[in-house]
Amino acid sequence: MPTKPAGTLYRGREGMWSWVGHRVTGVVIFFFLLVHVLDTSLVRVSPEAYTAVIGAYKNPLMALGETGLVAAIVFHAFNGLRIIAVDFWKKGAKYQRQMLWTVLALWVVVMVGFSIRHLSLALGGH
Amino acid sequence: MTATIQPPRSGRISPQYRRSGSSKGNFEMLAWLFMRLSGVVLVVLIFGHLTVNLLVGEGIHAIDFGFVAGKWADPFWQVWDLAMLWLAMLHGTNGVRTIINDYAEKDATRMWLKIVLYAAAAAIIILGTLVIFTFNPCPVVDGVQLPGGFCPAP
Repeated sequence: MPTKPAGTLYRGREGMWSWVGHRVTGVVIFFFLLVHVLDTSLVRVSPEAYTAVIGAYKNPLMALGETGLVAAIVFHAFNGLRIIAVDFWKKGAKYQRQMLWTVLALWVVVMVGFSIRHLSLALGGH
Repeated sequence: MTATIQPPRSGRISPQYRRSGSSKGNFEMLAWLFMRLSGVVLVVLIFGHLTVNLLVGEGIHAIDFGFVAGKWADPFWQVWDLAMLWLAMLHGTNGVRTIINDYAEKDATRMWLKIVLYAAAAAIIILGTLVIFTFNPCPVVDGVQLPGGFCPAP
């Protein structure tokens, strides 16, 4: 009976799941980017059109969406730097697992800071 | 007769085993390298963008037409946003191209998905570039100032 192969750099565990996370966050960011260029382009239509549409970003539900988007961006950024280290640093592949946990720790720190600041601004009394 | 097998990195490899020099050239290697180089630059550009637009001062509440006009009055932010637009769009388009190549198995499906992707990417890059360069902070239509404009005092 065949046994399940152990995790490798590419199959299962940190290596594979970081790859999955990188793809999913990448696609999410790409589709937001398309929308974001379109909404910013309204500055060319009229000041009122831009200010009206950008107002949609300022409601509480969107504040949560923005926090989710920034969470995706920060993970993709830090994990991207990890991928560069895996590819170009001599010991990158050896330490890829430790680097992923470093990425996740930094991600938590940055996101706690960002969420406190952004949500208190976005949801605070204005 | 003994066939001579050259060492793999001697550069004297039979043409059929050569990885480069095919019709695609080394496009894939350049794309791979571009993802890493643009990635590093994008980390700086996007973290700066998020900090200035969301974390400083009143954050998101400060963003309106006047905010954009104030930023694009400065060539520094025009160049920043232009670089961010081009690098992010090319980085994202190449990423989605990779995903299409990985998951769309039929040749025709792959081709059509990539045609749609490239058309959308070209449209967004051209639109964004035109907006940055033709932006008018003080729009006037038929001699009348549009409401909400950002006109510096004369």
